[in-house]
Amino acid sequence: MLGFLKEPVILTVEINMNVMVLTLMGLISRLWRLSYPRAVVFDEVYYGQFVSLYMKRIFFVDDSGPPFGHMLLALGGYLGGFDGNFLWNRIGAEYSMNVPVWSLRLLPALAGALCVPLAYQILVELQFSHCAALGAALLILLENSLITQSRFMLLESILIFFILLAVLAYLKFYNLQKHSSFSGSWWFWLLLTGVACSCAVGVKYMGLFTYILLLTIAGLHFWHVIGDQNLSNVSLMCHFLARTLALIVIPVAMYVSFFYVHLTLLYRSGPHDQIMTSAFQASLEGGLARITQGQPLEVAYGSQITLRNVLGKPMQCWLHSHTNTYPIRYENGRGSSHQQQVTCYPFKDVNNWWIVKDPGMQQLVVSNPPRPVRHGHIVQLVHGITTRYLNTHDVAAPLSPHSQEVSCYIDYNISMPAQNLWRVEIVNRESDTDVWKTILSEVRFVHVNTSAVLKLSGASLPEWGYRQLEVVGEKLSKGYHQSMVWNVEEHRYGKSLEQKEREVELHSPTQMDISKNLSFMAKFTELQWKILTLKNEETEHKYSSSALDWITMDTNIAYWLHPTSSAQIHLLGNVVTWTSANVAALVYVCLSLWYLVRRRRKIYDIPEDAWQLWVSAGGICVGGWAVNYLPFFGMEKTLFLYHYLPALTFQILLIPIVLQHISDHLCRSVLLKSMFTALIVAWFSSVYFVYSTFSPVTYGEPSLSVTELKDLRWKDSWNILIRKQ
Amino acid sequence: MARPCRPRAEHLRAKPCFLQLQLSHSPRSLPLRRERGDRVPWLQQRSSCSATLGGCCSAGPAPAGPSLRPRARPLQPPPLQDYISMRAPRPGRPPRTPYPGLRRSRPGAGSTALRMPAAGRGQAEAGPPRQGELREPRRLPPHSPAPPAAAQPAALALVILLSFASRFHRLAEPPHVCWDETHFGKMGSYYINRTFFFDVHPPLGKMLIGLAGYLSGYDGTFPFQKPGDRYEQHNYMGMRGFCAFLGSCLVPLVYLTVLELSKSLPAALLTAFILIFDTGCITLSQYILLDPILMFFVMGAVLSMVKCNSCADRPFSASWWFWMSLTGVNLAGAMGVKFVGLFVVLLVGLNTMHDLWDLLGNLSLSLVMFGKHLLARVLCLILLPLALYTAMFAVHFTVLNKSGPGDGFFSSAFQSQLIGNNLHNMSVPEHLAYGSMVTMKNLRMAGGYLHSHWHLYPEGIGARQQQVTAYLHKDLNNLWIVKKHHSDTDPSIPVEFVRHGDIIRLEHKETSRNLHSHQHEAPLTRKHFQVTAYGINGTGDSNDFWRIEVVGRKAEKLIRVLRSQVRLIHVATGCILGSSGKILPKWGWEQLEVTCTPYLKETPNSLWNFEDHINPKLPNISLDVLKPSFAEILLESHMVMIQGNTALKPKDNEVTSKPWHWPINYQGLRFSGVNETDYRVYLLGNPVIWWLNLVTIGLYLLITVSTAVALKRGVQLTSEHKGEVKILKSARTLKHLLRQREKLWKKCIGRLCDQWLLKSLITPLPEISEQEWV
Repeated sequence: MLGFLKEPVILTVEINMNVMVLTLMGLISRLWRLSYPRAVVFDEVYYGQFVSLYMKRIFFVDDSGPPFGHMLLALGGYLGGFDGNFLWNRIGAEYSMNVPVWSLRLLPALAGALCVPLAYQILVELQFSHCAALGAALLILLENSLITQSRFMLLESILIFFILLAVLAYLKFYNLQKHSSFSGSWWFWLLLTGVACSCAVGVKYMGLFTYILLLTIAGLHFWHVIGDQNLSNVSLMCHFLARTLALIVIPVAMYVSFFYVHLTLLYRSGPHDQIMTSAFQASLEGGLARITQGQPLEVAYGSQITLRNVLGKPMQCWLHSHTNTYPIRYENGRGSSHQQQVTCYPFKDVNNWWIVKDPGMQQLVVSNPPRPVRHGHIVQLVHGITTRYLNTHDVAAPLSPHSQEVSCYIDYNISMPAQNLWRVEIVNRESDTDVWKTILSEVRFVHVNTSAVLKLSGASLPEWGYRQLEVVGEKLSKGYHQSMVWNVEEHRYGKSLEQKEREVELHSPTQMDISKNLSFMAKFTELQWKILTLKNEETEHKYSSSALDWITMDTNIAYWLHPTSSAQIHLLGNVVTWTSANVAALVYVCLSLWYLVRRRRKIYDIPEDAWQLWVSAGGICVGGWAVNYLPFFGMEKTLFLYHYLPALTFQILLIPIVLQHISDHLCRSVLLKSMFTALIVAWFSSVYFVYSTFSPVTYGEPSLSVTELKDLRWKDSWNILIRKQ
Repeated sequence: MARPCRPRAEHLRAKPCFLQLQLSHSPRSLPLRRERGDRVPWLQQRSSCSATLGGCCSAGPAPAGPSLRPRARPLQPPPLQDYISMRAPRPGRPPRTPYPGLRRSRPGAGSTALRMPAAGRGQAEAGPPRQGELREPRRLPPHSPAPPAAAQPAALALVILLSFASRFHRLAEPPHVCWDETHFGKMGSYYINRTFFFDVHPPLGKMLIGLAGYLSGYDGTFPFQKPGDRYEQHNYMGMRGFCAFLGSCLVPLVYLTVLELSKSLPAALLTAFILIFDTGCITLSQYILLDPILMFFVMGAVLSMVKCNSCADRPFSASWWFWMSLTGVNLAGAMGVKFVGLFVVLLVGLNTMHDLWDLLGNLSLSLVMFGKHLLARVLCLILLPLALYTAMFAVHFTVLNKSGPGDGFFSSAFQSQLIGNNLHNMSVPEHLAYGSMVTMKNLRMAGGYLHSHWHLYPEGIGARQQQVTAYLHKDLNNLWIVKKHHSDTDPSIPVEFVRHGDIIRLEHKETSRNLHSHQHEAPLTRKHFQVTAYGINGTGDSNDFWRIEVVGRKAEKLIRVLRSQVRLIHVATGCILGSSGKILPKWGWEQLEVTCTPYLKETPNSLWNFEDHINPKLPNISLDVLKPSFAEILLESHMVMIQGNTALKPKDNEVTSKPWHWPINYQGLRFSGVNETDYRVYLLGNPVIWWLNLVTIGLYLLITVSTAVALKRGVQLTSEHKGEVKILKSARTLKHLLRQREKLWKKCIGRLCDQWLLKSLITPLPEISEQEWV
């Protein structure tokens, strides 16, 4: 009964002291005096505003990436009890007392610190010696740029952490694959690969490339599994399904869930509302929802409406008219119809109101019961304040001469009849008898006489049109474009028979009650689409650089300067490490080509397993470097040195791999080997020397004198800030 | 036309014999219709050669009679050793057989299957046993695809006839300028008039158009101002006819390519007909455009590459050399018409690399032989195209020797070569002196003249002072006066020369403001300082002082006009005047940005030379020294083209299509007819063809993947022969199709012309469709 007591309970714990010490050193290097400087450092000014918005639960859109990274930063703020009240307006501004600087910076710093043991483990899993693994970890530890980037509220260190974690998890999984498929740890590492990948993608879209790299490697490995004739078709299928589940289904699900959390957290309307559609805005608390709450849903004859262009570019605007007319002659000598201007106006205004009128009836009020307008119906649109009809005719538009002018018709008693009939086409209809609905329906107005489509051209009119946006009748395009689609935003049933009363009615706010909720998937697709397509004006920043500058580190970024002393923080890498990483990559490529050609001629310089090792290590390190670096050459956004850091991390991992390979296979004699070891030690001490030389600008203290700072300027292109005396 | 790899006469002779032979000795295999060996001819050819014919096939054409005998033998499977010995030479490099017609029913193509999907390891394990199975059956194709002997020339003639008929039909309509004819016709006229112009594409296409116009009697006087202009009495048919001719040649090229790849007449015919009846291709071939010329060269390169591949069994033979150098010529042609031609270079390059890799792995080939192979390819596919490409630029620059609209894009040295340019045979005062009026040209490739005008920098962009830009065109606003920094030059005292290291002030002639810089951010390159024009009537402040330095000179030396490379250093901040080459937005009239860079790097961006130099007090001397070498001209024109290409971005409201529109035939392109009364031309692909292509691509991928997986799983070891054949076929098709894919991709990248897609999409179609019939 108590047999189990016969044996003592023994707990054997195996602790790799290397890993422990490395982790500890990583923590020290990254967390040391973390809350210094107590001021906004570089891009904290950018991410900080999103943290504040999270704290206040206000909706925002950030086109720089998906929301997971922002959420992690916000988590730090949440744990530190941040209330979100800080004005993130300039770099160098002192933090007020309510900002928990330490906890805001904690998560990135932790992620940065954990990269050190991760690097160690990756090399161990790649079957390299502990010595090489230690070297890799130390190089990461002593890399000034990684330290700087980890110590502030920035996303790169988190991204690098997840990328390395994904690589490590995949390697663990792959090594388990050989003997214990479908075991618990096999599943654990496989799932962790997928999870880490989705986190990396969720932090920054750059993570996508590493994800693709891992998928490719997994695909290659699976191809070998297919070739394994011992496996039955069923178990092969199981292998395939397990990989699909863990590497595709789960990452996608997690990615969507980030957005779910994001949208759940942010339910209040805020400054970024305007780029979303009316329906999305209406789903947020406050903002448009306050206005549209309680509007009648179905647009009927006699409805008073405002029409918003769906495109939202160059800015959101509403169909507008005012008493001014088109000038008889434009600057370039072309003539116009001299009728009342119709424009798109980016602000709410009483002149944005239009009344939907049945061409067959005179009245401008909604009958009882209301007669809803359906897809395909023909209507007239009457401008509320001036009671003129929306009209278009074969006159060239002011700025887009290939399109028709749109005007509010004035009868000059010349031979130019009114052409004011428009057919309503609901673009997102489900059936051909759909009713035109407020906010939800996206509508095109097709001119009956000329089949031109009412369109926002995007150009802004000159002085005579008050710089409002031009609206034209587009004859040519049959295709769908958002600039031709409009939706009703504000809406009420008109009741006033007299024009005077109607004007009063138009001025009064709309009110009534129905709520319109979008499903999560609709919101997700819209937000995702906006993030991907939103283009900020490309601006060159003082510290922006081109991708080519990064390899040689021809550029730096000044992150922070002490307001009085010359203490400063720069993003500057460890020159020795960067150079050696480049050399290592070059050596790797040359050696591989050499081996490859010789193998083709059946000359085997190194044993087969060493070759396999060499190839798989290179596939991950060189591949990781390439996928994280080369895409930047095709990107049209403002680039900074810190974009190179993920690629650099992979490149650094390559150094010990190449070194060990040289010492194992190329240094044939003992003498050579010991000389090589001595060389490595000397080189390592130079790495440390450079680290300690640059640590004042990495940690921001101590403050250096002018001559010391000048001495630090090893390259002419580095911009180290020197105060004028 | 050179001799084809397989002499046609032998081919014709061999076929009837083969049919008889087949019928006589293997009637039992008739029902098995899966066997259609014609898809894998050279492999079977190889195996049968080495296994059965022995030595007799490696020598040249053997007489037909005797060698027919041994063919009966493979009925007994040869011993395995035979097979192994046969595998030793590199698979896919079969010795030549003189009986192409005989190949049709040869099985034993196991090694093909090995070659393709093998990716290394499947090869060893899968090979031998399969081979044993394979060699045994010997069957006759049930519906013998062998066309009658005379069918091929007749088919080719028919294809050519139809192709020309469809392309030349109503070629003269509409008799006005259509679409891009306004550009390319105009450029053809420039060649005829020999005036220099600038275009973003290399010159070959336009030169050919010009030549065609010249030969057909067009005199180059039509202005080609805008689409819709009537040609009236001008002779435009020569140019259109030339483009239509090349467009028509496309069809036979494609026909021959597919015939070579598939060895199947129906497939080739199908391809040809599809291409003939594709409306998009027809429209595109009927006007003065670069696209038919480009497509001709691209397809020519593919055909010669394919031909060269099938000559691979006879390296260094005359036809091998011929096709390989023809590939090179076509590559040069494709590159010379548009830079998109680069993608066919990529395709040929990959094919060559694959070839060389195979050769390298062939241990029976000595390294010397391999070196010869390598050298031959370097010669034909790199050096020859480069030489031709250079030659066409030489012709371009020789023909265009008069000053024209493109001058300003090029450096002073280049311009001095153009007749009619103000720098041609120019005589100017040689040394720069105070009081001289000068223009300064930036030395970066495609750099402009230092320029200023009455407009100010807009609010919020640096200090609100007068703009200074770099401007590519000649203009009065490019004139500056060199002055001493502290005083105006006294007109009465004799001329004083400017020396290296002097501090000077540059006054803009039109606005009398000084070149000025200060520590404000430059408008686009934020790291640099802004450069403005400042002051009134030449009075400014100390920020107007610049130190002038000549590169590679010692102090006190005089500064020579045109020849000296000069640097202007801002005295107060120590920055250097330079042009970043970025294009300013609308407020800067889309001229180039000028900045003062604090980084003292030695780049041509910050070097200038003095071009015009007006000083009445100094004697003019003639400057004939500037002649740039041809290499410099070539490099410069490429830099200018690249800059031009990057500046080509669609403006708002312009009709553009996106790459994904092209393959799905999303929308066409209006070539002619803005008003309803006009003769209207609309470029639109034949939807049936285009969409069918998409389907076949998907189908092809599906088949490839499933076959590859089946192979990897070792299915072929147990399955029947038909599976084998299928694999063989898809394996073979895979190779071609992979190539087609690359081409397709290449086309997708092409700027606007969806039409190209078409052709590349078509080629795979028959292959696939045929496969399904099997």
